[in-house]
Amino acid sequence: MLAAGCAAPPKAAAPSLFVVIPSSADGHVGKIVVTGGNDTRVIDTAYGAQRVDANGSLVPVKMTADTVRQDFGTTLAALPGFPASFMLYFLEGKDELTPESKAELQKVFAELRKRPLPDIAVIGHTDTVGGLAYNDRLSLARAERMREMMAGMGIPAERIQAAGRGKRELLVPTDDNMAEPRNRRVEISVR
Amino acid sequence: MRSALILATALGLALPALANDVGLVKVAKGNVEIQRGSDRIPAKVGTGLRASDVIVTGADGSAGVTFTDNSLVSVGPNSVFAIDKYSFDSTTHVGEFEGNLKQGRLAAVSGKMVKQSPESMKIRTPSAIMGVRGTEFLVQVDEPGK
Repeated sequence: MLAAGCAAPPKAAAPSLFVVIPSSADGHVGKIVVTGGNDTRVIDTAYGAQRVDANGSLVPVKMTADTVRQDFGTTLAALPGFPASFMLYFLEGKDELTPESKAELQKVFAELRKRPLPDIAVIGHTDTVGGLAYNDRLSLARAERMREMMAGMGIPAERIQAAGRGKRELLVPTDDNMAEPRNRRVEISVR
Repeated sequence: MRSALILATALGLALPALANDVGLVKVAKGNVEIQRGSDRIPAKVGTGLRASDVIVTGADGSAGVTFTDNSLVSVGPNSVFAIDKYSFDSTTHVGEFEGNLKQGRLAAVSGKMVKQSPESMKIRTPSAIMGVRGTEFLVQVDEPGK
């Protein structure tokens, strides 16, 4: 009911407030552009804020980390976790992880456990040793192997998309038929 | 082994439930509903969202959503947030996101489409419109009578 029939008349509309906050991931301060009535203002400072009154006029407001916590605490607490991505590396010509990456896998699993219902994309890659078709198969086998391991820890397989990119997307550009450990990898992104 | 791979690949492609979904409910606390046309669907973790859905929270409700371009949006209690428009091309990262906070509070983190083209994400309120150039921001619509 509440959602229906609220057009956006410029006059006598409910006032609103816009605030830029530092990124909870890296502290980066972004930029927004607010337009109300005939006024347009850019906000590009941490806790910079503009209030738009019922007539569409803009008034700067001073917000702080504390006032944001007070007014938006419940809202911010519901923000989902940031997408995370991981890179794991494989032994040459195999769908078996390097010993270092086997250890790194625990971090991936820990991240997955933190998320109630993760969407996961696993993209396999190879180095340039061998033909296109061989590497397409190998990259997919690597991605599928990761998918099996994740399914083995209880993540529903339908939430995991696996794809192989063969040698099309090299992390380190090389000539053809070059063994390069950094290209033999899977990228895992967790949303 | 080969047949297992082919089977797994077929499953990987068979995700019809996600085809029309523009986002996914990741956090749902208290009373949270999705208004889709004339239907009211209780929102749970894992509920898919479509363009033109409206998220409605009760006095004890809050919800968090991830969109396909990795934008994140959460709404607080007593809020009404409509996804007026949403499109995103995962190959070119071109997209359009127009949200409408009719009531309540919202926190958001912009995603890949804004990185590709600034202000492709817009949030409307009853009194204003905001273009997002990045990254994290808050919006509040005052309660009536305040």
